[in-house]
Amino acid sequence: MNLITVSGPPSSGKTAIIIKTAEALMQRGVKIGAVKFDCLYTEDDIAYEKAGIPVKKGLSGSLCPDHYFVSNIEAVHEWGMKEGFDLLVSESAGLCNRCSPYIKEIKAVCVIDNLSGINTPKKIGPMLRMADIVVITKGDIVSQAEREVFAARVHSVNPAAIVMNINGLTGQGAYELSTLLYDKEKNIDSLKGRKLRFSMPSALCSYCLGETRIGESYQMGNVRKINLEEN
Amino acid sequence: MVSRDYLLKNTPAGLLKEFPFLSSFFAGQTFGFELKAEESLQQIIQEMDEAGAEDNAFDAENFLTQLHDFITQMNAFLGHDKDIVESLTIIAGKDKSGHPEQFGHLVFNKSTITSIVGPTGSGKSRLLADIEWVAQADTPTGRSILVNGEKPLTDWRFASGKKLVAQLSQNMNFVMDLTVSEFLDLHAKSRMIVNPEHVVEKIIDAANDLAGEKFRGDTPITSLSGGQSRALMIADTAMLSSSPVVLIDEIENAGIDRKKALQILIGQEKIVLMATHDPILALMADQRIVIKNGGIHRVIKTTAIEKVMLEKLEKADKKLQKLRTALRSGEIIDENIYQD
Repeated sequence: MNLITVSGPPSSGKTAIIIKTAEALMQRGVKIGAVKFDCLYTEDDIAYEKAGIPVKKGLSGSLCPDHYFVSNIEAVHEWGMKEGFDLLVSESAGLCNRCSPYIKEIKAVCVIDNLSGINTPKKIGPMLRMADIVVITKGDIVSQAEREVFAARVHSVNPAAIVMNINGLTGQGAYELSTLLYDKEKNIDSLKGRKLRFSMPSALCSYCLGETRIGESYQMGNVRKINLEEN
Repeated sequence: MVSRDYLLKNTPAGLLKEFPFLSSFFAGQTFGFELKAEESLQQIIQEMDEAGAEDNAFDAENFLTQLHDFITQMNAFLGHDKDIVESLTIIAGKDKSGHPEQFGHLVFNKSTITSIVGPTGSGKSRLLADIEWVAQADTPTGRSILVNGEKPLTDWRFASGKKLVAQLSQNMNFVMDLTVSEFLDLHAKSRMIVNPEHVVEKIIDAANDLAGEKFRGDTPITSLSGGQSRALMIADTAMLSSSPVVLIDEIENAGIDRKKALQILIGQEKIVLMATHDPILALMADQRIVIKNGGIHRVIKTTAIEKVMLEKLEKADKKLQKLRTALRSGEIIDENIYQD
């Protein structure tokens, strides 16, 4: 079974891109399953089911969704193997844009949209910088100039990636993406012992543990202060 | 070729001097390299402690690989920039039902206009996608695309900043919070143009020539009217976009001088494709493609009779324009206004 991790900021069009791409693959007889990781709420599983794609969803609730992803991806992979998929797509929304759920040697796709502003490529960390393929969406509603500037910014933070413009509504470009995603020979039998491409952020303060009160005396652990001094 | 050792020994300032295009690469980094411009990369990386690297989500290995890739690609890009696309050729494939297309092959030369007609959903997007992806009988239509009559390099598919097709459509908007001049300057810089002032001015002039009401360089792009936005998009795409093919999607009611707009594009040696339902626009083209059931059903060269028809249609259109102007300025409509 092939495994692909897809990530990107909320509402950038990940689900639409995956479904359009999966349709092109299913027409070629590739059996696809999906898993959606989110934080508090998602209805994307319904969209997958509608498209005829078996799906599992995982809500991280009070946990950091990326940490939740790492602790569950192995089990999810086993589920995919058991179901006999040819390709399993894991979709997760990056929340603080610092993390990425990418695993070494597992194809990684980042989806971002033209509307998010030209400084966004710089703001997004390893999720964009370490992706193999960057898909840019919503190109049908901004000008050609903005598309070109945005793509150039993406290129300057991740020169190695293949950058594609795909329309999540019409699916223009999705077939092309599908040819880059599935490779009969690239089977991933197990995830045990594999490594993340980049470490998750450290987060071990009292607020991680449920503290809600504000004030110096309630802050414990890994706490850092903003610099408000004049430079 | 630049080796990794060479990069490590060099300083950010030194590299910037040698490769000016790196300014966008360094600007894209979260770590402030400008603060250590005179230290070697080796030193900078060694001095960065683990916490600092983690805060900036910085990975030295990855950084070096990307820096190396960026230099290699930009050098290639700057060298290739002179690659001129004289023509595109489509070799026939099949329609949605699997019937072979009948046109054999079809050539689009630079500075020519081809209109695309056919019902919505008939396969325009697929045709466009085939061109964008430089299909090599490896898409659902089985079509192949040649560039300058030859099998193209895979660059056209994968290299960033080297895309065959630019698109203009009615639904597109400016979303950046910048003035017209700042916006064009940004676009020019992303294309590595050294002195953008000249081209910025040229684009504003050309756009003003297309739009009814004039605007200035210091107008915010988001406050332009529909017609002004369309005019600016067309002038910008003609003069600053690197893509040799321009697809215009339904600009029927754009509020601009459409004939002039097409002239600007073909004046810049673009291959113009125009999806339209408007007879005037369709007949302005040198040829038109009829799309049906996902395939190219017919290719029609615009006939001499059609060119005569076009003149008549343009006259009728002028009459309508006159009526609109009269209405707008509060006149009463009568036979006189409808005269030629």
